[in-house]
Amino acid sequence: MSAIIDQTVLERHGLKPEEYERIQEILGREPNLLELGMFSVMWSEHCSYKSSRVHLKTLPTTGPRVVQGPGENAGAVDIGDGLCAVFKIESHNHPSFIEPYQGAATGVGGIIRDIFTMGARPIGLLNSLRFGSLDTALARRIFSGVVAGVGGYGNSIGIPTIGGEIYFDSVYAGNPLVNVLCLGIARRDEIVKGAARGEGNPVFYVGAKTGRDGIHGATMASAEFDDRSAEKRPAVQVGDPFMEKLLMEACLEVMRTGAVVGLQDMGAAGLTCATSEMSSRGGCGMDVDVALVPQRETGMAPYEIMLSESQERMLLVVEKGEERQVEQVFEKWDLHAVQVGTVTSGTCLRVFDRGRLVADVPTRALTDEAPLYRRPMREPEWQPRVERVALEALGAPASAQQAFETLIASPVIASKRWAYRQFDHTVGTNTIAEPGASAAVVRVKGTNKALAVSVDGNGRYCYLNPYRGAMLAVAESARNVACAGAEPVGATNNLNFGNPERPEIMWQFAEAVRGIGDACRALEIPITGGNVSLYNETDREPIYPTPVLGVVGLLEDASRTVTRQFKRAGASVVLLGDNLGELGGSEYLVQLHGHVQGEPPLLDLDRERALQRLVIAAIRVGLVDSAHDCAEGGLAVTVAECCFDSGGIGVNCDIPAVRDVNDAWSANATLFGESSSRVVVSSDGDRLERLLHAAAEAGVVAAVIGRTGGDRIELAVNDERVIAMRVADAERVWATAIERIMQRA
Amino acid sequence: MKFAVVVFPGSNSDRDAAHAVSVIGEQAERVWHKDTDLDGADAVILPGGFAHGDYLRTGAIARFSPIMTAVSRFASQGGPVLGICNGFQVLLEAGLLPGAMVRNRSVKFVSRHITVRVERTDTPFTAACYEGQLLRLPVAHGEGNYFADPETLEDIEKRRQVIFRYTDDRGNVTTNANPNGSIDSIAGICNRDRNVVGLMPHPERACEDCLGSADGRIVLRSVVKAFADRLIAR
Repeated sequence: MSAIIDQTVLERHGLKPEEYERIQEILGREPNLLELGMFSVMWSEHCSYKSSRVHLKTLPTTGPRVVQGPGENAGAVDIGDGLCAVFKIESHNHPSFIEPYQGAATGVGGIIRDIFTMGARPIGLLNSLRFGSLDTALARRIFSGVVAGVGGYGNSIGIPTIGGEIYFDSVYAGNPLVNVLCLGIARRDEIVKGAARGEGNPVFYVGAKTGRDGIHGATMASAEFDDRSAEKRPAVQVGDPFMEKLLMEACLEVMRTGAVVGLQDMGAAGLTCATSEMSSRGGCGMDVDVALVPQRETGMAPYEIMLSESQERMLLVVEKGEERQVEQVFEKWDLHAVQVGTVTSGTCLRVFDRGRLVADVPTRALTDEAPLYRRPMREPEWQPRVERVALEALGAPASAQQAFETLIASPVIASKRWAYRQFDHTVGTNTIAEPGASAAVVRVKGTNKALAVSVDGNGRYCYLNPYRGAMLAVAESARNVACAGAEPVGATNNLNFGNPERPEIMWQFAEAVRGIGDACRALEIPITGGNVSLYNETDREPIYPTPVLGVVGLLEDASRTVTRQFKRAGASVVLLGDNLGELGGSEYLVQLHGHVQGEPPLLDLDRERALQRLVIAAIRVGLVDSAHDCAEGGLAVTVAECCFDSGGIGVNCDIPAVRDVNDAWSANATLFGESSSRVVVSSDGDRLERLLHAAAEAGVVAAVIGRTGGDRIELAVNDERVIAMRVADAERVWATAIERIMQRA
Repeated sequence: MKFAVVVFPGSNSDRDAAHAVSVIGEQAERVWHKDTDLDGADAVILPGGFAHGDYLRTGAIARFSPIMTAVSRFASQGGPVLGICNGFQVLLEAGLLPGAMVRNRSVKFVSRHITVRVERTDTPFTAACYEGQLLRLPVAHGEGNYFADPETLEDIEKRRQVIFRYTDDRGNVTTNANPNGSIDSIAGICNRDRNVVGLMPHPERACEDCLGSADGRIVLRSVVKAFADRLIAR
């Protein structure tokens, strides 16, 4: 090691000694400090996926509709009419813990850039959020800040936040999760990629000036947290949605001129990442001079300029001779596009400072040739223990009425309107199903179509069984989309896990990816991209393994979509799918008995597929008035949720017991078990007959369990009424539970 | 008839406004804020958004945009001007409407459907409504808390310049039905000449049934009716 680059310097850069050796091999010499910095950010877990790549390769990524799979700024699927749905999910977990508002806001900004960079106009945002228990002031502060940040950015720029999901569990107290999905629409023949091509083509920089903020953000996101993490606050960037709005409009306009060869946003690892990835994808070299980069502060070193993660910046490669055209578009938006470099015929990224060469690195060494680890894996020794639960050992079961009232007030189940009423969900005039629905639905203007999107992931299930938990996440997300009448056409995933250097975490990761792959293959949903967030630990306490799946579905006729709410009194309530009374990993066990234990619900992918196809077909021909997927809280909560926001329509159900009626656990297992592959629909008359007939043909169990009407929720198990509550009273509890908690200091 | 929809760099509802105009079968043209003339428009919409980033005060810088001179001239000649949300804020800052806007009472952004009651039908944007008509419209703003000093308030009430008020779904003014704390539940006002109207709710986002409400169409149809009536009067 040289005098400058010693052990301490390597550690600060998050590089292992063997990685440093590899850098020396590649360069045939020692790197200078700038080069070391460039390698450190590009080889960070965040940018290189070095621990996850071997597993991610096993995911299904192709299909007849896939136009762009993983590896670009975002995925794209063909939705007909010459259009593509462009979408991706990304995390901003670590920054959101340190600075909730800005961490969340810049997370939204980052994923929006990934979408418009592809030439797509963003039309919707969804988020998947995890916080600690709201009983603590810290969790309430982080929740409040993240919600304000998500809203602050999306609302300003004018992209509606149309849906999402939020869980609370003490395991996320020191490590909240902020995953944001953005969906856009592009003309298929106008999709732009992030590749540099054409020797001599100018490389332009546009957007905010470069400052010293966010240096080593990617490295921070690749390490665990401890009590010194607050010192990392300068590594969190500050967002400027107005600048992003200008960039978005200007980039969409400039791409239509045909003068743009490729473009990419400067997100994690900033200018280093954009220059090396664009040239690596295009198989060319690039020269840039940092002195030409617009700077916010004076005296910035090349190291700082190349590693800064200042927000709202883009890099463009432009056809030579078309510079003026590009500059004019940006000038219209009061932005200044500055040429900072040129595409070369070489294979290296060369960085200059006022003409003096300060770094010279093969582009592929920074990208494709980053280290690849097959990290050791081991099933945790505690795994078999948590997967078992003996109900009898939990004492007497709670009364069904008490359990019902507790569950509808649980923040995991209660309405999230406290959060989504801070999100503009009507801007854009495309939102057909608002936040709070099973899936968000946006119409596609100029067509009869709509897109349904859902993000789902139950970390608790994945902790209890990562393979099955991940399959359940895929199934639930696709089922939610199906409940809106849409056929799933593609998915994106955000894999949130702990420290991959621990074999137990790596085992969870590998099992989860295997589960996603198996479920996606069975349900024929290609993964078109995503994000991996590792090192989600604070003081060595990992989060639950939390894969979040975002599934996008296509509705050929937007007017056919249905929502979860009952539409009229006197309709029959039908349960599609088997009620198996599975309480393992349920919200009931957590809320009423304080246990996160047991086997998560079984999943038969053939049955799941049959159920989803049935639901989609039934909605397409108008056989059902409403559809709602059974999830946390089981059948009782699902039926109640069909009454909520319906204008007070009640329901009376009698549900067959799933166990011997003399079993003390029978009623609660029947009502609150979270068996998967179930959907509650409402229908009547001739349509009901046709629905039941279609279900029988599809091999899906269908049972009429009750009728809508009255102003009460009345649920019986084997003829014995166990839950009775006025809809208005239950709805008030459910709708205001989070609001009431957030009013605490 | 032709609507001009002004586009400030941070406007985010300009496309929505233009789309809504086309839904009611009329023509809309988006006019860039650096332009200096309205290109023969018959009505002007200042759309929602955050015109210039609004880091100072909402709408504070927009009034200096070149197009605003043309908008002021158009208004002074009696042309119908509608400011929606941020557009309302711009009209207040430009002095075309009285009063001011402050942070919502909750200090939080509020996004949901609310009900407004039509108070007056003698403006171009309520001409097709009946007095007391209830409209279900979405709001989406962080600074929609309308404020006016007692003198101004008395004046605008006396001159019947309050055009829309927040009410519950039966038409009663209540504290709960007021989403942002606006004084006297004021959701929209007009100028003394009644041709310039500003409101916080978004009629342009409620022009199709699939969006949850089509009540906003009547606001746009009103101006078409007023225009037609004026043509007949000529």
